[in-house]
Amino acid sequence: MWMFILKRFAQAIPVMLVVITVTFFMVRAAPGGPFDDERDVPPEVLKNLNARYNLDASVWQQYTDYLGNLLQGDFGPSFKFTNRTINEMIGFGFPVTLELSFYAIVFAMCIGLLAGVISALKPNTWQDYVPMSAAMLGICLPSFVLGPLLILVFGIWLEVLPVSGWGYTPSDKILPSVTLGFTYAAYIARISRGGMLDVLSQDYIRTARAKGLSTFRIVSVHALRGGLAPVVSFLGPAMAGLLAGSFVVESIFQIPGLGRYYIQAAFNRDYTMILGFTIFYAGLIVVFNLLADILLVWLNPKLRHQLASNT
Amino acid sequence: MQKKSASWILILGILVGCFHDNRSPVELGNERQILHIGNASEPSDVDPHITVGVPENHIQLALFEGLVSKSSVTLEVIPGVAESWQVSEDGLHYVFHLRKNARWSNGDPLVAEDFVWSWYRALLPSLGNQYAYAFFGIKNAERFNKGELTDFNLVGVRARDKYTLDVELSYPVPYFLELLDHHSMDPVHRATIEKFGAPGDRGTAWTKPENFVGNGPFVMKEWVPNKVVSVKKNPFYWDESSIKLQEIHFYPIDKSTTEERMFRAGQLHIIRQLPTDRIEHYQTHHPEVYRFYPNFTTYFYRFNTRRPPLDDVRVRQALAYAIDRQQIVERVTRGGQPPARSFIPPMHTGYQSSATMPEDIERARELLAEAGFPDGKHFPPLTILYNTDEDHQKIALVIQQMWKKALNIQVKLENQEWKVFFASQRTGNYDIVRGSWSGDFYDPQNFLDVFRAGNGNNRTGWANAQYEALMQQATQTRVQSERFALFQDAEAILLAEAPIMPIYTYTSNALVAESVKEWHNNIMDYWSYKHVYLEPTTAPSAGKP
Repeated sequence: MWMFILKRFAQAIPVMLVVITVTFFMVRAAPGGPFDDERDVPPEVLKNLNARYNLDASVWQQYTDYLGNLLQGDFGPSFKFTNRTINEMIGFGFPVTLELSFYAIVFAMCIGLLAGVISALKPNTWQDYVPMSAAMLGICLPSFVLGPLLILVFGIWLEVLPVSGWGYTPSDKILPSVTLGFTYAAYIARISRGGMLDVLSQDYIRTARAKGLSTFRIVSVHALRGGLAPVVSFLGPAMAGLLAGSFVVESIFQIPGLGRYYIQAAFNRDYTMILGFTIFYAGLIVVFNLLADILLVWLNPKLRHQLASNT
Repeated sequence: MQKKSASWILILGILVGCFHDNRSPVELGNERQILHIGNASEPSDVDPHITVGVPENHIQLALFEGLVSKSSVTLEVIPGVAESWQVSEDGLHYVFHLRKNARWSNGDPLVAEDFVWSWYRALLPSLGNQYAYAFFGIKNAERFNKGELTDFNLVGVRARDKYTLDVELSYPVPYFLELLDHHSMDPVHRATIEKFGAPGDRGTAWTKPENFVGNGPFVMKEWVPNKVVSVKKNPFYWDESSIKLQEIHFYPIDKSTTEERMFRAGQLHIIRQLPTDRIEHYQTHHPEVYRFYPNFTTYFYRFNTRRPPLDDVRVRQALAYAIDRQQIVERVTRGGQPPARSFIPPMHTGYQSSATMPEDIERARELLAEAGFPDGKHFPPLTILYNTDEDHQKIALVIQQMWKKALNIQVKLENQEWKVFFASQRTGNYDIVRGSWSGDFYDPQNFLDVFRAGNGNNRTGWANAQYEALMQQATQTRVQSERFALFQDAEAILLAEAPIMPIYTYTSNALVAESVKEWHNNIMDYWSYKHVYLEPTTAPSAGKP
């Protein structure tokens, strides 16, 4: 098991290096620089600004300098937000995005699993059709439609929830979490329905039924573990997708998370910020995929044995 | 199924649990004198010698005070840190008498030497202050900023004693007092800045709330990026007793639709710009919160005069004469914008544009024929370039149709993302491009300087000797009426030569909650928080439709 984890980590290093290099040269190749703006920057001022941000060095020099700083854990200063470093910005944004994604995934798991299991227990009845149609709707409805819709109903018509903000009152976290989690709830419902249907038709479940066990016991003790495997393998990419995809929800609800900074950085040509955030995101995705793989192995005895015999 | 309904009950329970205090931030703010303002985008910094943006300036107006200040009602210059001043007969020498009770937010006295040091810092080349040109009327300031001179003692600013500041100009600047309240001329606290780096270091930690020292009516309280910047009353401010607000919270909200929603939900007292499609609703149903006022900003198109056929003045005139501005503002922009037939927006005092750009399709056709394109024949396919935005696109579409109909010419449209858009202009890689200019200070010169040869904002390649001469002559003229007459002549040349085509004057369609008192709007969008207060109302929160 440890060998497996170590091997996966070693594989991640070249991936990260490629990400850094490609991003570094791509942002510099993009037309328009960080100081192109409505007001022209006088040439003398531009010269000083370029010197301040090491942009007057050759691109290769800039690249090696950047890698050097990166090894020391320093992402550099932001070009646009002059009094902030990238490390600081990540420090502000990440906990917020993580919290939002966590609530969203918890919401998605609760609703999604419940709907999936119910549908699987009563396939092709109304208990199946209703949640599955809702799930289809959830998959099709993008968050930039769902968000404003929820705001209209709960924030403006019913006046029960705040329309935006984060952390002013506990209730302002509900709408964004639901909006972000809804699509994932829909996916989880469909995936868990498939997984459960698969498992429920297995011989050992028939045996359990024959023994006279209650449906609840069959589902919770015997079926869920196998039925959940597809959901778990979906969770890794889903968590990464939630973190990276939360920017739409963050901008609808004015949430100071990572995604909003990332978008701003791209528009501002804030080179260090784009790079820093890309590297950070890439690292997260690698880690979450790794965690999902480990969880999958742990859940599936067959895979566990395979690994043990390989090493 | 029971399980499912149980979970819904749980969720509803959580929802209900959160309602017990359902007073909105606006209602709570009214009681506690906390003003909530929608402030467009995340400020890049609050260092007055570094920032260039409007949202930053709105915060700086609370945190700093210059030698002079402005009335938000009349835009007149009023005393700030200086309680009085004298100007010499020739307009070259200014003497400022500072208040003896002016203090920094840490209690340190604010003295004339602070201004000398602040201006030294603002002009240091390594700081990269983009507004350094505001100082260039001061003797030797330009040379110091460009690194041609390293001894700041030779620059025309000197502390005669603790409370007297002498300023010497190299030529008369009739709007010099106006400039003094521009953020780039604000004083900054030397000891604080030096604690976090050298004077010329960009972006040190001194502007963070825990380190911040300023001299304005408010002082930094909290700054969470992309969430809020809040400021609280400065107890050391010299006029502390007249400040009624306890705090101001500035929210960076980049979408006007989100802002409007937050206003409706009672989360904001003030928003600056309504989405176009909501204007009518507020005009008819909520005139009590709706505020309309023109801005000191013009929307126009630049013609690239380096490229044929736009190098021919007749072609530029033909294009500029053939559009119907009234239709554009009535059918497309729909925010009450006055059509602009001259470059400088209408000013309520002093200057009035005398020349206007004609709207005459017959004449436009003749001009185009004279230039060798009768009935638009053989006219090369030009492109209108604009930054990616629905509103700019709509305007470009209408102008495309107008030109097609009036002149029988075909132009293409192209949009570019913000930074690319300005890179294209910097390199002169465009035919016709959308632009805007808003005055940094309330004087026509700030607009007309843009199209002088060598100005980085010109971007059209247009230069005119007579225009230069008039502008040069105006800098030597002290009598305001004569100066304005010269500007009128210069503007007439600009409009006749048509390197640009003015389209409309920007307007603000703002919402201000009824509880906000003494909040005045003006053409410069200059905000003054000093006398503002909040009056709690018993009526349901203002502005709810």
